[in-house]
Amino acid sequence: MKKILFLVSLLASTMAFASSDLHLDKAPTNLSDQQSLQRGAKTFVNYCLSCHSAQAMRYNRLQDIGLTEQQIKDNLIFTDAKVGDTMTNSMSKKDAKVWFGASPPDLSVIARFRGVDWLYTYLRGFYRDETRPTGWNNVAFDKVGMPHVLNELQGEQVLHVEKHGEHETQKLVLAKPGKMTPVEYDGMVADLVNYLDYMGEPAKTKRMTLGIYVLLFLAIFFVPAYYLKKEYWKDIH
Amino acid sequence: MNSLTSLLGWVDERFPLTKLWKEHLSEYYAPKNFNFWYFFGSLALLALVIQIVSGIFLAMNYKPDAGLAFYSVEYIMRDVEWGWLIRYIHSTGASMFFAVIYLHMFRGLIYGSYRKPRELVWIFGMLIYLALMAESFMGYLLPWGQLSYWGAQVIVNLFSAIPFIGPDLSLWIRGDYVISDATLNRFFAFHVVAVPLVLIGLVVAHIIALHEVGSNNPDGIEIKKHKDPKTGLPLDGIPFHPYYTVKDIVGVIVFLMVFSAILFFKPDMGGYFLEYANFVPADTMQTPQHIGALWYFNPFYAILRATPPMFGSPLPGVIAMGAAVMVFFFLPWLDRGAVKSIRYRGTIYKVAVGLFVISFISLGILGAQVPNPLYTILSQIFGVIYFAFFLLMPWYTKIDKCKPVPERVTG
Repeated sequence: MKKILFLVSLLASTMAFASSDLHLDKAPTNLSDQQSLQRGAKTFVNYCLSCHSAQAMRYNRLQDIGLTEQQIKDNLIFTDAKVGDTMTNSMSKKDAKVWFGASPPDLSVIARFRGVDWLYTYLRGFYRDETRPTGWNNVAFDKVGMPHVLNELQGEQVLHVEKHGEHETQKLVLAKPGKMTPVEYDGMVADLVNYLDYMGEPAKTKRMTLGIYVLLFLAIFFVPAYYLKKEYWKDIH
Repeated sequence: MNSLTSLLGWVDERFPLTKLWKEHLSEYYAPKNFNFWYFFGSLALLALVIQIVSGIFLAMNYKPDAGLAFYSVEYIMRDVEWGWLIRYIHSTGASMFFAVIYLHMFRGLIYGSYRKPRELVWIFGMLIYLALMAESFMGYLLPWGQLSYWGAQVIVNLFSAIPFIGPDLSLWIRGDYVISDATLNRFFAFHVVAVPLVLIGLVVAHIIALHEVGSNNPDGIEIKKHKDPKTGLPLDGIPFHPYYTVKDIVGVIVFLMVFSAILFFKPDMGGYFLEYANFVPADTMQTPQHIGALWYFNPFYAILRATPPMFGSPLPGVIAMGAAVMVFFFLPWLDRGAVKSIRYRGTIYKVAVGLFVISFISLGILGAQVPNPLYTILSQIFGVIYFAFFLLMPWYTKIDKCKPVPERVTG
């Protein structure tokens, strides 16, 4: 903790939050950006799927985001899973509990539980904390069991606590840079969160498009219904 | 005579088809002055049909098994053709049903539709409301999320507060010492078979009773008092079909537009129709931080939480919550007003209804919050107003200065 190389944060958005309640950064996600979803899917299978599962999500569903079955097989399946299988993994829940203190939750609908802003803040909120068994803690999830898996990309952050009278502000400072610049890292996390949002409800984009047609139909249907009523009721006073 | 008419004649000799059609639709005379508030009866029937039909399709794919339930819902959302639509119709429909029922009940309240001779219409309606609460509560367990599980745990535990029989009663309801697979199975059976049967029976009784006495109207006067001497038909009445069927179609379209706007663009309604914490599978070892009720139960939930325990038992809160629901049954006998409709009531009654609406909505908002001392005090104040509205009703409706009621219905 003392080996602070004081590099002033290059983070595009510095995370500042009151000690009591966490300020969530707005996640710049966009479900209609297929490129972003594909990049997110790649990060997801590479970094998340080794410990987490997404047992409601089938690999071949990724055709939704503009991939072919062959592309999915070649680039996104690292196990002996078939393309129609769901995203499970082989880590036993019992082992995981011993290693991390809690078994990694299934991520199928994690975005529906946590919300994209929380996930975006969380995945950028890891900092070094030698008091924790993994050596990592998180501003969004105190005493988190998960180590910083994306550490090689982001680098190491440390937590700076500033006292302003009564108030206490916490700031994350990048102490040791990783393979990515902070801007690149934020973009990568945004893609990943975008993917998690898609995976939480693959039909979301479709339902909104369909919704417009349904509402249009009802709006048109309203007109004859309204005049039919008027016609029938014109003699009632 | 064409073949269709002769077929109808054949049926009519064996089953009163034409008679039923006439009695309940084409020759059921309804007052001609129904306003906006009168849409919600037929809409409630529509909501029931939507829930039953969407529920049948859900039951084809849902697995009532503690190990499979949560992901079988996700299976419906992803792998079943149009499954997401069916599921959202059912989840949005549940909330819309309650919204419509509350508006329908409020209509009855302000126009005195529960008054003589419609006491039984009102009581059947209240029984429908109770059955609906049971239906909703048991249906909410089925997705087997964290709030499903812990919400059921909290509610079933309330029964154990009942003296003597309580603990055994809650054990009997659960079929286990905690909410478990056994509970899920029986709740599924109740949700898809038992309660819907009761609901349909009660709806039939509600409508038969209504058509026996005739509909009330915004003026709160009886249209049967002024009949055409020649035909014997009420002068202010019009046949339900076609007049109110064509009018209700307009209401149905507007209702479906609101329904669709929610269903397609915000099916979770920001966590009120589908709660975020319920997207975590039920975990018997971990209690969620905040166990809330669904929005339509929040007024009663606020009353439950705000009532102080006695000797460490939550019994007073359970009684208060139960009373808050059951007190509606007594409305026909609590109201001693000279007139039925709010249009001809005096200031006292209008103020009382206003205060009641404010406290009901405020309790609903407070029930959704994480409790703190200020909210508890506010809930207590609004809770007292809530009960005062009913318990003081015999007195304030009697002394209230009512306006003269017209002989015939007004516009």
